[in-house]
Amino acid sequence: MLKRVRLAMGVLLLATIAFMITGSLSPANAAETTIIGTLSTPGGEPVVGVVITAIDADGVTTSGTSDDEGAFVVPLPAGGTYTVEIDLTTLPEGITLNNEADASRSLLVLGGEKRVLIGLSEGGESGIGEVESGTSERVIQLFLDGILYGLVIALGAVGMNLVFGTTGLTNFSQGELLSLGAFTALAINTAGVNIIIAAPIAIVFAAFVYGWGQNRILWRPLRRRKTGLIAAMIVSIGLAIFLRYTLVLFFGGAPSSYKQFAGQPGIEIGPFNTTPKALILGLLAVIALAATVTWLQRSRIGKATRAVSDNPALASATGIDVERVISVVWIIGAGLAAFAGIYLGLTQNTVWNMGQRILLVLFAAVILGGLGTIYGAIVGAMVVGIFVQLTTLVIPTEMKTVGALFLMILILMVRPQGLLGRKERVG
Amino acid sequence: MPAKTNHMAAGHAAAVEALRDVPQVPGVPKPDPVMIVDHISRQFGGLKAVDVTHVEIQRGAITALIGPNGAGKTTLFNLLTGFDNPDTGTWTFNDNSVAGTPPHRLARMGMVRTFQLTKALSRMSVIDNMLLGAHGQSGERVLNALLPFTWNGQERANRVRAMELLERFNLHEKVDDFAGSLSGGQRKLLEMARALMVGPEIVMLDEPMAGVNPALTQSLLGHIKNIREEGTTVLFVEHDMDMVHDISDWVIVMAQGQIIAEGPPDAVMKNEQVIEAYLGSRHGSSLTDDGASLTPDAQGVNS
Amino acid sequence: MDFVQIFSLTLTQAIGVTSLIYLFAAIGLNVQFGYTGLLNFGQVAFVAAGAYAIGVIVLTFDLSLWLAIIVGMVVSTLLALILGIPTLRLRADYLAIVTIAASELLRLLVRSIAFKDVFGGAQGLNGKLGQEFHDLNPLPADVALPILTWSRQDLWVVIVGWSLALLFTLLVWGLVRSPWGRVIKGIREDEDAVLSLGKNVFVYKMQALVIGGGIAAFGGILWAIAKQSVQPDTFQPDFTFFVYTIVLLGGAARVFGPIAGTIIFWFLLAGFGELLSSMINNGYIEFLTPTDVGSIRFMLMGMGLMLLMIFRPQGIFGDRRELALDAR
Repeated sequence: MLKRVRLAMGVLLLATIAFMITGSLSPANAAETTIIGTLSTPGGEPVVGVVITAIDADGVTTSGTSDDEGAFVVPLPAGGTYTVEIDLTTLPEGITLNNEADASRSLLVLGGEKRVLIGLSEGGESGIGEVESGTSERVIQLFLDGILYGLVIALGAVGMNLVFGTTGLTNFSQGELLSLGAFTALAINTAGVNIIIAAPIAIVFAAFVYGWGQNRILWRPLRRRKTGLIAAMIVSIGLAIFLRYTLVLFFGGAPSSYKQFAGQPGIEIGPFNTTPKALILGLLAVIALAATVTWLQRSRIGKATRAVSDNPALASATGIDVERVISVVWIIGAGLAAFAGIYLGLTQNTVWNMGQRILLVLFAAVILGGLGTIYGAIVGAMVVGIFVQLTTLVIPTEMKTVGALFLMILILMVRPQGLLGRKERVG
Repeated sequence: MPAKTNHMAAGHAAAVEALRDVPQVPGVPKPDPVMIVDHISRQFGGLKAVDVTHVEIQRGAITALIGPNGAGKTTLFNLLTGFDNPDTGTWTFNDNSVAGTPPHRLARMGMVRTFQLTKALSRMSVIDNMLLGAHGQSGERVLNALLPFTWNGQERANRVRAMELLERFNLHEKVDDFAGSLSGGQRKLLEMARALMVGPEIVMLDEPMAGVNPALTQSLLGHIKNIREEGTTVLFVEHDMDMVHDISDWVIVMAQGQIIAEGPPDAVMKNEQVIEAYLGSRHGSSLTDDGASLTPDAQGVNS
Repeated sequence: MDFVQIFSLTLTQAIGVTSLIYLFAAIGLNVQFGYTGLLNFGQVAFVAAGAYAIGVIVLTFDLSLWLAIIVGMVVSTLLALILGIPTLRLRADYLAIVTIAASELLRLLVRSIAFKDVFGGAQGLNGKLGQEFHDLNPLPADVALPILTWSRQDLWVVIVGWSLALLFTLLVWGLVRSPWGRVIKGIREDEDAVLSLGKNVFVYKMQALVIGGGIAAFGGILWAIAKQSVQPDTFQPDFTFFVYTIVLLGGAARVFGPIAGTIIFWFLLAGFGELLSSMINNGYIEFLTPTDVGSIRFMLMGMGLMLLMIFRPQGIFGDRRELALDAR
C-alpha cells in the first residue's frame, strides 16, 4: 500500500516537473506587442499598484501593474482587439477614474507599443485623517475584505507557527513558500493546464517538494548537526534570497497572472463589493483551516504535533516520533502556504517578491497570536487582516502594511507572548 | 560598595556562638541579620510557589536553604537575588529596602549569586572572567574606554587581585585559557572565584554541589568555609544533605512554599516535620546516587 | 575577453563608493551583533537616517551640509533609543523581527505621500547634496588612477570614506579591548551572569546600539553626498541581510572582519557579475541574457550565506570558539 502511494507520488512529481519546465521556458517577457501608459493624479503624483488587464477574443488575459512611477506595461501575445480593464479595487484611496467608462474599453493593437491614456482624479485628499462619506459602508467593506485578507495570512502563517513550535526555527523564507506555490501553479498553468486543476497539483507538489523536501534536505541535517537557532534563522534568510532570485531568473521580474479568472468582474452582495473568485477562495480557505484545526484536535499525529510543539523533549520521551511530526508539519505548512500564494496570484498577481512583501505581515500575525502556539497563527492572522484593512480608512492603501507592523511592535511591548501565548516564552 | 566595618563576623566559632541561643522556630529573628524578609510570595498560575511570612539571615554565618523538590527554594532564591519578581513582599539588605531592586544593583550593594547551571563565560578567558567581576571599573564606562590612561592602573590592580584569587582556587595555571576548556568542576570554582572578585558581603550559592564529582566536593566545601572566615555571609540552596550537615551553621527548611523548620543542622535533621516532608526520599543521604541534582524545571516552579 | 577590464571593473566596485557604504554599516553591525550579540536586523534604518538627514537638511530646508551631518548623528542616536528601549529586553529572534519591522515601518512612512514635502515621497530627494564636501576636493581635474576607474568626484569620496572607515575601525579596536568591551562580550554570551556581577546590561546594550548605529549612519551620509540622491526603496531589509553576510564572511567580532568581509563580498559579487556578463556578451554562454546576471549573482549570494552559516560560521578570520551563534 505504501509502495503504491510512493509510486503515485513519484509519477505525479515527474508530471509536474515536466509541466513546470514547459511552463517556465515559454517566453514570459518576449512580447513585442504591448499596451503601455502612465497613471498619475492631476497633481502629477504617480499612482502606484493599479492592475490593468488585457483580455483577447478568446478570454486569454495578460496584465500589468503600475509601478512606482505610475508606469505600466501589459504584454500582449499578438496584435488584435483587446478589452482593456482597470481593476478598480487596486486604485489607491481617493483616486477615481475621470470617466467611469474607462474601467473597461475595447482597443485594437496592431503590433508594437500602444499607449493608452487613463484620466484620474482625486476624490479627496489621500492623507491621514480624512475619511470619505459613506463611512459605514466603507467599514463593512473593509471589515469583510479584512476577513478575506486574514484568511490568506492565516494560510501562510499556520505553517510558520507549527514549524517554530516543533523545531524552534524562525523561518524567514516562509514567504517564499507562498511565492513558490504561486509560481508552480503559474508554470503548470502556462503549460496549458486550467488553473482550477493546476492549483491543486501545485499545492500537492509544494507540500511534498517544498515542504517535506526542504525539511529532509536542509533542516533535518542541520538539526542533526545541532546547528544553533540563530544560525538556522540566518540560513533561512539566505534561502529566501536564493529562492527569490531563482524566481526572477526563471520567471522574470514583471508580474504575471494566471490565464483564467484574471479579469473577473465584481459582484455586489449588499454593501460588500467583491469577486466570485475571492469568495470561493475564501470559502476554500476556511475549509482548509478548519480541516487543519480538526486534524490538530482529533488525529493522532495532530495531537502528537501539539505535544511536540509544547515540549519536544517530553514528547520524545513518551515515544512520539518527533521527526515524523516535523515532516508532517512541513508538508501541511507548505501546502497551506502554496494555497495562500495561489490565492494571492488569483486575486492580485504573481510577482517574484510577493513572498517578501507578505513576510512581515505573517510575522505580525504569528507574534500577535503567540509565536509557537497552535492556534495563534489563525487568531493573529484574522486580527491583523481586519485591523490592516480597517486602517485604510485613515492610512493610504499603499501604506497599509504599516498597520500590521505597528500592531506587532505594540504587542511585543505590551504582551510579548501574544494573545494566546504563555508568559514565560519571550524575554 | 559599602566598606566592611563593624558588621564583620569572626568566622565559624563566632557564627556558632551567635546562633547558639536562637530558638529553633520558623521565621525566628537573628541576632545580627544581614537580610530580613517579610511576607514574600510568588504564584505561578494556580500554584503558590513561595509563601514565606518572615525569615532572617544571620550575618557571617553559612546558612543552608533546603527542602524537597517543589519546596520553592530556588524560587525564593531567585526572588531575593532580583532574578524574579514577587507578587508580594518586602525585604531588606543591610537595612536597605531592596524589594524590586534589579539584580545588577543588588550585586553592587554586595549581594552576589552563582547559578546552578554554571555561568562561567566559556568564550572568554579565565582572566577575563575574573576581571569582569571587579567592581568600580572606570574603564567600563564607554567614554573612558577609549582613553586607556584612565583605567590602566585599575586594570593592573584588578589583575593582581584576580591572580591571588585564582591561586587560592588553584586555577592560576589556566589564566589565559578559554573558560570553556576547563572541566565542569573547574568552571564551578571559577564562578565562585569570580563572585569573590566583586567583593561581596553575601554570597548566594545556587546548588553549588550540583553536578560536582565527589573529589571536588571537599575542595568546594573548603572554599566555602574560607569565605565565611573572611567575614562574608553565605546562603546556599542544596539537596545534598551531607554537605549541608558538614558546613552549615544554620539550616532553613522549606516545603510547599513555606518555611517549616529552622535550626542548627543536627536539630533540623531530627525534626519530625522535616523528616515527614522528605518522606519517600532517603533521609540523611543525597537524593541521587552521584550527588547530582535533578534537572530543574525551566519555569522555576519546582524547588 | 578582456580580463584586465573585468578585473578593473571588479576592483573598482570592490573598494568603491557603494562598497564603502556597506563597510560603514558592517563596522557598526559588528559592534552590535559581532561583539554584543544584538540581532539588529534594522541596520539599514540607521543608514537611511544618515542619508535622509543630509537630504532633508540640505534640500528641503536648504541649510549647510555640516549641520546636516550633526543632525544625522542626533537622529541616528534617537533612532537607537527609540528602537532599543522597547526591544532590547526581547529574545534574539523577536529582536530580529521587530528591528526589521521598525526599519520597514520607517521606510514606508518616509516614502508616503503624506510626508512628501519633507522626504520627497517615492522619488526621494535628489539634487546638489554635499556641495560643500565636493568643493573641498583637492584632487586635480585630470586625475586618473591605473586599473581603478573612479571619477574625480568619486575618488575624493573614496579617499575620505576609507580614511573614516579606518578611523572607525581603530575606534572599535580601542573599545573592544577595554573593560567596556569585556562587559559587552560577556553580555553576548550570558546576560544573567553579567547582571549578577553588578553591570547594568541594558545600558551597555543601548550603548552598543547607539555606537553601531552611528557608524552606519555615517555610511548613509556618505551615500547621500556621493550619489546626490536619497530614495526610500534603496533602504530595504535586503541591505541589512547583505551587511550580515559581510560581517559573517569577514568574521564576526574581529576588528578587521568588516573590512575583509566587505572587500571580499563585493569582489566576488562584482567579479562574478562582470565575468558572467562578459562571457555572455562574447557568446560563450548562450542560454543566459545579460539581465539574468543580476539574478544569478544574488542567487549565489543567498546560497553563499547559507553555506557560510552551515559550514564556516566564523567566517574567514573568526575564531570558532568565540562564536556566539550556537546559543539560543
